[in-house]
Amino acid sequence: MDALLFLTFAGIAVLCAINLVLQTHPISSALSLVGVMGSLAVLYLLLGGAFIAAVQLIVYAGAVMVLFLFVIMLLNAQAERTTSKSAMRAWVSVPLLFTFVILLASLIIQRAPAGAAVKFGEFTGGSVANVGRALFTTYLLPFEVTSILILIAILGAVVLARKEI
Amino acid sequence: MPPELTQLLPASVPLSWYLVLSAILFSLGIAGFLFRRNIITVFMSIELMLNAVNLTFVAFSYHLKQVDGHIFSFFVMVVAAAEAAVGLAIILTVFKNRATLEIDEVSSMKL
Repeated sequence: MDALLFLTFAGIAVLCAINLVLQTHPISSALSLVGVMGSLAVLYLLLGGAFIAAVQLIVYAGAVMVLFLFVIMLLNAQAERTTSKSAMRAWVSVPLLFTFVILLASLIIQRAPAGAAVKFGEFTGGSVANVGRALFTTYLLPFEVTSILILIAILGAVVLARKEI
Repeated sequence: MPPELTQLLPASVPLSWYLVLSAILFSLGIAGFLFRRNIITVFMSIELMLNAVNLTFVAFSYHLKQVDGHIFSFFVMVVAAAEAAVGLAIILTVFKNRATLEIDEVSSMKL
C-alpha cells in the first residue's frame, strides 16, 4: 500500500512539474505548481510529518499560490511568444536534463543508506506537539529571528509597491 | 486491490526513491528557471526547487528519526513566503516601469 501511494503521488508530482516547465501561459504553470505542492503534502504525511503537510497545504498551496495567481491576473500576463531560439533550446536542454537526472539518481542510489526503508506509521515524531516543543525550546532563537525577517519582508513589499518608484 | 498487485509492490519504499524524486523535481526546477522567459514562471521554478529540497529534509528526518528536518523545512517555507511577497512586489515594479514580463527585455544592467 505504501509503494502504491508513493508511486501515485510521485507520478502526479513529476507530471505536474513537467507541465509547469512546458506550459507557456503562467496561469497553467501556477495551477501545475499547486498540483506538485498538494502531492508533496501527501508524501510528507507518508513520511510522518503531519504538521509539515498541513503547513505545506495552508501556506504554500494556499497563501503563496494565491499571491502568485493574484499577480498574474493583475498584470494580465500573456503566453510567452515562441522565438527562433526556442526549438534549439529544447534540443539542447532535454538531453542535458536527462544526463543530469541520471547522474544524480545513480549517485543517490550508490550513496543512500543501505537498507533504509520508509514504512508509514513507524515515525510519528512530526506531530504538532513534537514540532512545537522543538520550535519553542531548541530552535527558539531562530524562530524569533524569523519574525524580524517577516517584518522586513512586509516593509520591503510596501516600499516596492508604492507609486513613485 | 487484487492480491497479485500487492505482491508485485514492496511493502515499504526505499529511502532513495524519495531522494530520487526530489532530484527529479529539483532538475525540472532548474530547467524551468533556465529556459522560461516569463519572469513569473521563472519565479515559480524557484519555488519548485525549494519544495524539492524540503522533501529531502523531511525524508532524512524520517531516516534519522528526529524532528529537526521538519523544523528546517518549516523555516524554508517561512523564507519562501517572505521571498514570494518581496519578489512579486519587485515584479510589479518592473512591470510598472517597463510594461513587460519578458526577462530578456529587462537587460539594463548588461554590459
